[in-house]
Amino acid sequence: MKCQRCEKSATFHITELTGGKPQEHHLCEDCARQYLTQGETQPSSAPSLKGVLANQLKVGQTAEELARLDQRACPVCGITFFEFRNQGRFGCPHDYVCFGEELEPLLMNIHGETEHRGKKPQTHTGDTDGKTDLIRLRREIKSAVAEEDYERASNLRDKIKTIENKQAES
Amino acid sequence: MDLNKLTETSGEWLKGSGPDSDIVISSRIRLARNLADFPFISRATELDRSEIEKRLRGIVRGDHLPLTLHYLNVAELTEVDRQFLVERQLISRELAESSGARGVAISQDEQVSLMINEEDHLRMQIMHSGFDLVSAWEQLNAIDDAVENKLTYAFNEQLGYLTACPTNVGTGMRVSVMLHLPALVITRQIEKVFRSLHKISLAVRGLYGEGSQAMGDFYQISNQITLGRSEEELIEQVSDVVPKLINYERIARKFLMKENQESLHDRVSRAFGILSTAQTISSEETMHLLSSVRMGVNLGLIPDLQTPHLNELFIHTQPAHLQKLSGVELETADRNIERARYLRTHLNREENGQN
Repeated sequence: MKCQRCEKSATFHITELTGGKPQEHHLCEDCARQYLTQGETQPSSAPSLKGVLANQLKVGQTAEELARLDQRACPVCGITFFEFRNQGRFGCPHDYVCFGEELEPLLMNIHGETEHRGKKPQTHTGDTDGKTDLIRLRREIKSAVAEEDYERASNLRDKIKTIENKQAES
Repeated sequence: MDLNKLTETSGEWLKGSGPDSDIVISSRIRLARNLADFPFISRATELDRSEIEKRLRGIVRGDHLPLTLHYLNVAELTEVDRQFLVERQLISRELAESSGARGVAISQDEQVSLMINEEDHLRMQIMHSGFDLVSAWEQLNAIDDAVENKLTYAFNEQLGYLTACPTNVGTGMRVSVMLHLPALVITRQIEKVFRSLHKISLAVRGLYGEGSQAMGDFYQISNQITLGRSEEELIEQVSDVVPKLINYERIARKFLMKENQESLHDRVSRAFGILSTAQTISSEETMHLLSSVRMGVNLGLIPDLQTPHLNELFIHTQPAHLQKLSGVELETADRNIERARYLRTHLNREENGQN
C-alpha cells in the first residue's frame, strides 16, 4: 500500500479515534512522524492510540519492529495487535496479559498510571486470567467443527463441561 | 414494563429537583464490567452473545439485587421504542443500533439501567436528578457487589476490571454531570472553559454522549482517566469542578442581565414567541429555543413557567417521544407539524392556567 501523502510505501496504519467516526490513515514513516507531531500543538480532547504511537516513535521503535508486533496474535481469542490498533478494542481479557508490554506505554498515555487503585471483586476474588481457557476451548471447538473433526469437538465439549461444573461447585 | 406509561413522565434526569437544578441537570455514574470466561463483544460469536445475554439476564432479574428491575429485550423492540429509550438516556445509541442478542434492565423510577452486550458485556448506569454523585455511587456500588456475588468479572490484580477498550480499564467508571450552560455559550466563554477542563483530563460531551453536538446548550462533564485512582477520587475530581462551572455560568448570566438585559430579554421573548406560535418546527430549533426560554425562566424574565415543565418539553419534543405521545409513526415533515402543535398547546396552556 502506498502512503497517502507521498510516493513511498505506507508502513504506518493509524486509526484516529478522537471525534466522530474512526478515521484511517496509511502513511510512510516520514509522513507519519509529521502527522503525529502536528497534533501536539492543538489541544487534544482525548488521549488516543495516535498519541501512543507518537511515543513509540520517540523511543525509536522502527517500522520493522512495529510490523513484527502487528503480526502477533492472542492465543486465546486470536486477535492480532494490528487488529487491535485498527479497532481500538480488545478481543478478550487475556489480551491485557499477552500484549501487556506493548500496552504499558498506551496506558501511561491514557491514564498516566498503570496500577489499579479502586475497588476489587468481593466474592470472586483475585486474578481471573485462568478462566480465559474456556474462551480458547470454545474457539477450538469451532475450528474442529469447521474441519469436520467431530471427535475432537466432542472431547473439547466434555473438557468445557468439566471446567464449568467445577466452577459452579466452587 | 410498559413503555407507553413512561411517556407520561419526564424521567429521572429531567425532574429538575435538587440544589442548583437550574444549572445542574443530572448526575450519572456508569461501570463497565465483563465476564471472565467470554471474549469481548468484538470477538464474540452469535452463540457467545446469546450465552452472555442469557447468563446476565438471569442475574439482573434475580431477587438478590437490592432493587427490582424490569428487563427489556432490546433486539425485539421496535425502532421507535429503542430510540425512545435513547432519548430518555436509559440505553446508549450504540446498544440501540447494534445487532444480536442484547438487553437492558431498568428500575421503575428510571434511575438505574443495566445494559447487556453493549461495548462491554455489562454496563451499569445510575442517574440522579441534580448534583448528587455521592449517594448515586453508594447505590451503584451495592448493585455491582450484588451482581458480582453471582458471577466472575474479568479482573486483573494490576489493571483492575478488564474492559473491551483500554480507555475504560481499571475502575471501568465514568462519572458525569450534565450542565445547562447557555450564558457561557452566549458570552463565547465556553471554549475557554472546555480547554481548561481538558487540561485536567476531564472530557466534555453533548447531551447524547460521544460525537453528539451540544444540543440545547447541555454539556456533560466526565472523567477521562479510569485507571490509577479510586472510585471516590474520580467522583471527587468531577465534583470539584462543578461548583466552579456553576459559578462561571452565574457570573455570565449576571453580566448579561446587567450589561445587556434588553437584548437578553428580547432573545428569550422571541424564542418563547416562536415556540408558542410556530406551525412547523424541527427538533434542533426546538432545543435551541427551549434553551433560551429555560434560562429566561430561571432569570425571571418569563413569568408563569416552571423549570420542570420546560424540562418535560425538552424530552417530549424529541422524535421518538413525539411519535409515542401521538400514537402513530410520523415522517420528519409530519413530526415537525406535530411538534409545533404540541408546543403551542403546552406553552399556551401554561399561560391560560394562570388566569
